[in-house]
Amino acid sequence: MSTLVVAEHDNAELKPVTLVVVAAASAIGGDIDILVAGGGCSAVADEAAKIVCVSKVLLADNDAYTHQLAENIAPLVAELGAGYTHVLAAHTTTGKNFLPRVAATLGVAQISDIIGVDSPDTFKRPFYAGNAIATVKSSDAIKVVSVRGTAYDGVAAEGGSAAIEAVTSVHDAGLSSFISEEIAKLERPELTAASIIISGGRGMQSGENFKLLEGIADKLGAAIGASRAAVDAGFVPNDMQVGQTGKIVAPDLYIAVGISGAIQHLAGMKDSKVIVAINKDGDAPIFQIADYGLVADLFQALPELEALL
Amino acid sequence: MKVLVPVKRVVDANVKIRVKPDKSGVDLTNVKMTVNPFCEIAIEEAVRMKEAGTATEVVAVAVGVSACQEQLRTCLALGADRAVLIETDVDIQPLGVATALKALQEKEQADIILFGKQSIDGDNGQTGQMFAALTGMPQGTFASEVTIENGKAYVTREVDGGLQKISTSLPVVITTDLRLNEPRYASLPNIMKAKKKQMDIFTPEELGVDVTPTLEVLSVEPPPVRAAGIKVESVEELVDKLKNEAKVIP
Ligand SMILES: Cc1cc2nc3c(=O)[nH]c(=O)nc-3n(C[C@H](O)[C@H](O)[C@H](O)COP(=O)(O)OP(=O)(O)OC[C@H]3O[C@@H](n4cnc5c(N)ncnc54)[C@H](O)[C@@H]3O)c2cc1C
Ligand SMILES: Nc1ncnc2c1ncn2[C@@H]1O[C@H](COP(=O)(O)O)[C@@H](O)[C@H]1O
Repeated sequence: MSTLVVAEHDNAELKPVTLVVVAAASAIGGDIDILVAGGGCSAVADEAAKIVCVSKVLLADNDAYTHQLAENIAPLVAELGAGYTHVLAAHTTTGKNFLPRVAATLGVAQISDIIGVDSPDTFKRPFYAGNAIATVKSSDAIKVVSVRGTAYDGVAAEGGSAAIEAVTSVHDAGLSSFISEEIAKLERPELTAASIIISGGRGMQSGENFKLLEGIADKLGAAIGASRAAVDAGFVPNDMQVGQTGKIVAPDLYIAVGISGAIQHLAGMKDSKVIVAINKDGDAPIFQIADYGLVADLFQALPELEALL
Repeated sequence: MKVLVPVKRVVDANVKIRVKPDKSGVDLTNVKMTVNPFCEIAIEEAVRMKEAGTATEVVAVAVGVSACQEQLRTCLALGADRAVLIETDVDIQPLGVATALKALQEKEQADIILFGKQSIDGDNGQTGQMFAALTGMPQGTFASEVTIENGKAYVTREVDGGLQKISTSLPVVITTDLRLNEPRYASLPNIMKAKKKQMDIFTPEELGVDVTPTLEVLSVEPPPVRAAGIKVESVEELVDKLKNEAKVIP
């Protein structure tokens, strides 16, 4: 048994979610190799080589892979993955983009967004917005699996000393090109990595009012999230959306402010350790899953909260 | 230009589903079924392309049970020109859907294939990308803006860090994100007109494809329930609880 883990990175740094994927690979068992595919990404390979329980790092460093275009990455992963029993990646927008292409190229199913490994061919995954958990068994020769970022604690980033091997085959499909990106400048922890998150919903009324959350976030070292309604209304950008179709988070503390608690929002945060809800409607469904509920007007409660921290 | 829109019949997003006591699956008896919300967005985008003169024909296609005809009629009422049902009782999975759609695409030769990014029942997020791999097409996934110009597709993608813009050659697979557009409602006259629009039905066998799944669902369980929490009376009490009881803030 052997697993190929596809590293998530931005050519400069390895993303912590990769450590979670390696943890899932360890739960499967067998040898673990990591593929670092990118452009000018050798520093990432050096980082990957230090991860515990990794046998080998495969470094595919070529301009064709710089922007993780699925048309170029997928054939590479499929070519290399054919030599393994498992191919794993994170269930992030990067993994979601290329991994199904890998599976189809290999002619196998993909098991998306797993939260647990029962055995090398049997996995647990949520569906129906997390309202049901399926135990799924694969009869495919190669299991292609994407892993939820909150499924496991990441393995240690240091302690290993894997060899780095260069991959020479280049796949440049010529079907797509990168034009530009607007990556949000983060002054606070990244949502999926934060241990405290404070999120605002439609009840915030405007983007300007998110300042009320910022003061608290600064004091707590928290990340700021949002409901779909707040994103759709243009209060905040899309990368802040938590939920079934946004980001899945499970911090130690999640504070939901002016969020009603629709199942699609709960799907993204109900595995948080402690949930706080601040809402002026005492019947809002968010209170059904909140450990601590405060029925209050957020415009009064938030300044008070900031002052008390 | 022809646009093909694969649409899935799913449980309505507002329904709180129940897991069957014998753990064999989710109880779907008498549950309201609809067009998957992301597929509604895909239909809307296709119809707008037609209204703008970019597209000449919009074809909706579903793979699944006979009852999918209801959802296909909805798509016709929303502005699709004709519909195709690939009828099967198999509990079909993404690779099977993608394989069946590939066989249809060989007949249809569409230029733009507009998928939803995710089905809200399966939460797979796979079918569009798999179809793109099988047909050797480029893909613009999680699209919040699409422009077709000079034989190319320009796609703005919602990614974890923010937004990414790419361009691709045609034919292309696009998968829709929530903010691509706001779907319209079907008007009564259009619902009447939809009844007369063409709907073709094929079986996977007629298309020469095997859609047997390779994943077996061993059991389905409800998620763990959270223990009931408490209501606090004031912000002071909240801060006190967080510090001294939950110990999640210093
Ligand atoms: C296919 C699909 C996918 C979806 N994906 C997601 C997703 O990923 N994430 C997501 O979040 N949603 C998602 N949704 C949307 C979801 O169904 C809800 O519409 C959304 O979560 C509602 O956001 P909200 O709670 O901010 O707004 P609302 O439901 O409008 O709630 C606003 C709340 O604010 C409270 N409030 C108002 N004013 C105040 C005040 N002054 N003080 C205190 N409280 C106040 C109100 O009492 C109310 O409870 C999805 C929907 C669909 C159909
Ligand atoms: N049975 C189906 N029939 C038609 N289209 C489908 C079907 N299943 C999935 N799709 C398409 O693939 C998208 C993603 O679905 P999924 O991969 O299941 O998350 C959906 O939004 C549809 O556009």
